[in-house]
Amino acid sequence: MSRQVYLDYAATSFTSPEVVSAMMPYFTEAFGNPSSIYSFSDRNRKAIAEARQKTAEVIGASADEIFFTSGGTEADNWALKGAAERNRTKGNRIITTRIEHHAVLHTAEYLAKNGFDVVFLDVDPEGRVRMEDLKKAVNDRTILVSVVFANNEIGTIQPVSAIGAFCRENGILFHTDAVQAAAHIPIDVKAMNIDLLSMAAHKFYGPKGVGALYIRKGVRIDNFMHGGGQEKGRRATTENVAGIVGMGRAIELASGRMKEASARITRLRDMLVDGIMKSVPHTKLNGAPSGERLPNNANFSFIGIEGETLLLDLDRAGIYGSTGSACSSGSLDPSHVLMAIGLSHELAHGSLRLTLGEETTEDDIKYVLETLPGIVERRRAMSPLWEDYLKSL
Amino acid sequence: MYSEKVLDHFQNPRNVGEIENPDGVGQAGNPKCGDIMKIYLRVENDIITDIKFKTFGCASAIASSSMATELVKGKTVEEAWNLTNRAVAEALDGLPPVKMHCSILAEEAIHAAINNYRRNKGLPVWEEESHEELLHHHAHHHG
Repeated sequence: MSRQVYLDYAATSFTSPEVVSAMMPYFTEAFGNPSSIYSFSDRNRKAIAEARQKTAEVIGASADEIFFTSGGTEADNWALKGAAERNRTKGNRIITTRIEHHAVLHTAEYLAKNGFDVVFLDVDPEGRVRMEDLKKAVNDRTILVSVVFANNEIGTIQPVSAIGAFCRENGILFHTDAVQAAAHIPIDVKAMNIDLLSMAAHKFYGPKGVGALYIRKGVRIDNFMHGGGQEKGRRATTENVAGIVGMGRAIELASGRMKEASARITRLRDMLVDGIMKSVPHTKLNGAPSGERLPNNANFSFIGIEGETLLLDLDRAGIYGSTGSACSSGSLDPSHVLMAIGLSHELAHGSLRLTLGEETTEDDIKYVLETLPGIVERRRAMSPLWEDYLKSL
Repeated sequence: MYSEKVLDHFQNPRNVGEIENPDGVGQAGNPKCGDIMKIYLRVENDIITDIKFKTFGCASAIASSSMATELVKGKTVEEAWNLTNRAVAEALDGLPPVKMHCSILAEEAIHAAINNYRRNKGLPVWEEESHEELLHHHAHHHG
């Protein structure tokens, strides 16, 4: 079989075999509904409680602050809509950023259409929210601030502690979408003054279709899923027992090796970035420097070529990445994140995101470094933009 | 997502490059939309004897450029003018609906190159038909 190098872990990860085996009994012999009071369901109730405990520990929360959801998108929707509706009488300003994942961005736009006064903060050229912009945007009607913990496209880690401290001092709820960060970098919801936090299991080798919203004790937000009394009456529907067990096992495994894994992946990512910046001239690294971005994230813009072209050429070579180019999304506008950090349309269309993970090896990175420069060179040679760029030098 | 023909023309594009001292040059597209096509023509006795292209864009933009150059090579200038984006797309065994604008760009680039040729020869330029039905989504980019 020809070489396959998966470098799209930010899109999703495989479910680790240990996680799958922890989940299996809950599809078959232990199928009981956790809400049923007979002893047959005791095992399921216990399994959910354990998963809740493990999930809580990783972010420094207590178990009764964790509410399982169908994933990161639901957690984001619940946090924003629930906090907005609950606090409608207190005020209507919601502050978020231009670089949120669509799950927050489109929810915020929906709230803006429904009478909320939503402010979208700009970011600096490395994708960081500026505290002074946040402070300026706050007024006495502000009820919620939502800032992504670390961006999914460019990996920039936000000044979460500073934002949390500021919001707490001013009595404003603070939500963070930590879907890319949870179980990858240290998070402490208490020390960071986080009120609401979203996560998704499939970003840390758990199954798809399960996530969680952390809701700090004492914080009230409106329910999103109405129905039965599951999740202490705050999120109805029969529990996805196997999924929840999988999430608990996955987060336990990921947090146990977080330190070692992030050191190993950072080293490989830096090798990839240094190698590409050296071997492909006229390339821009998007996002913040190593140490201020997610360990697994690399994002480049190659002057003169378009991202979908690059993805398909890489695909032929067995390398799987992603792009912020419009052509891959079916819309005509390139990534809102790349536009927010000030890239020109050409550069935003020419972006390539490579995200590393557990199975990425040094050989994989070497293979990318051998393969990518030739692809870029060949496509640049047929690009009128590249020709114009060379003339402009 | 793409037909085999699109992938073939994307991976092995025909007629890539430039022509020195061309008889006509034309460009269509806009970096905002993520695609730009540049076409070079050599015309002898009203026949397009050589054609080259350079394209910045996605796979369907590159494949459309490649196919369009193949379709007009050896044709008269008028025949080349009458090449429609639909014919380019059909020759590629179809394009996904969101990528149809790529075939329009090929047609527009060829038209621009032909009119440049006509201008160089002191001939009146031909009038472009609009593609409003396909470009309404695109119009603010191409203006």
